[in-house]
Amino acid sequence: MRTLDEIGAVLNIKGSLASAYLKAGEDTLCHWAEGRGLEPTIDAREGFRLLALHHQGSRGEPSFNACRETCRELAYHYNLITLEPDHPDTEKRLEMMRLVAMHLYLFVSGKMQVNGLGEFCCASRPLRTGT
Amino acid sequence: MSSKAKEYKKVAYYPGCALEGTGHAYNRSTKELGKALGLELDEVKNWNCCGAMEVKNIDPKVQTYLSSRVMSIAANEMGHDVVMAPCNGCYHNLKKAEYDLKNDDASKQVVERISKKAGHQTYESGQVETIHALDWIKDGIGEEGLKERVKSSLKDLKIANYYGCMYTRPRHIFPEKDQGEGSDSTSEPHFMDDLLAAAGAENVDFPLKTACCGGAHTLSDSDTSTLLVSNILEAAESAGAEVIATECPTCHSGLEMHQVRAEKRFGRKTNVKIVYFTQLLGMALGLSAKKVGVHENISDSRALLKEKGIA
Repeated sequence: MRTLDEIGAVLNIKGSLASAYLKAGEDTLCHWAEGRGLEPTIDAREGFRLLALHHQGSRGEPSFNACRETCRELAYHYNLITLEPDHPDTEKRLEMMRLVAMHLYLFVSGKMQVNGLGEFCCASRPLRTGT
Repeated sequence: MSSKAKEYKKVAYYPGCALEGTGHAYNRSTKELGKALGLELDEVKNWNCCGAMEVKNIDPKVQTYLSSRVMSIAANEMGHDVVMAPCNGCYHNLKKAEYDLKNDDASKQVVERISKKAGHQTYESGQVETIHALDWIKDGIGEEGLKERVKSSLKDLKIANYYGCMYTRPRHIFPEKDQGEGSDSTSEPHFMDDLLAAAGAENVDFPLKTACCGGAHTLSDSDTSTLLVSNILEAAESAGAEVIATECPTCHSGLEMHQVRAEKRFGRKTNVKIVYFTQLLGMALGLSAKKVGVHENISDSRALLKEKGIA
């Protein structure tokens, strides 16, 4: 799986494909699941693995629902872009999708940092910081 | 007109700590807006902190007590059955206390014990209805009532409405939401959009309207808060907004302060202005920018509002 820094780098690139931003969102949530000792689900909810991963990640962690609508907005923008690829607003929608995915990434990685999970746990710190 | 219009004509007002500090402009504009609309606010006597995040993180039942005391004074000492809290944190905490007192015996026992010790009547679940400033205007006056009173339309002003994450979460403490027509939605809140549209504003499609601004981590992890806020501001600009309308003092000051910090720390400059919805509605009703405290905001929107003919 990509590191959080690698996911962040993808999200800093404007004009990628909608699928790349959706995958970045999924990978972010996989980090959250793994950081909590769970095997990231491969199931889908309402057609999106992203939503199933969010559902899995919020179990026993109600505060994780603070990113529920962000996930749903990401799925919504993915649908807008892929169902109407020739729409005049596609470029704008894609940029908005990037920013929504970025928000999910910042929220989840910030939460992992605060909770000392995954790449932010004490054991992983030397790997992350290269010390 | 809403069936609640009569009930909301005069309500107990719980400003909370933030509105006496960083959110002073929200306090001022809420009061001025109420006056202009003929809605009366009766401030809760000798109110205390709702327990915010600090107490809640250490002992949630003490937070339940603190919030219940505010409701007890409003109900038992002032005879009110509606408490209006314009701050999302206070609104959320009073709603949470109401829910806990209805559903959790342990919370009820703690509240009874401390209330007795403090020498005031114990708050009983259901004595008051806690509402937000958005409910107060939406049901107390309504969009049609606002339209009739607009003197300086917000026409041509593009607004991203930002509700923050505590206005709708967790869903179970807001049983009145998601009840169809006339109620607000927890996943897609729209009361602020409705009110500002009635005042003539053009609301932009803003997908981060309920996203977290990192308010709780603003001191412990400022960089994350700054990046979250910066992303919200950039998304609002990408959506075409000139102004972000807020309805929470914590979100508002977070957006304002991290907008400045984002430029200094990360070189990320945004120009979108941050204004309380009460200030925007007040100006639409003809109140001066000064009267609704626009000069007190860190985000200086005066030139934009003047250019739009609003201030």
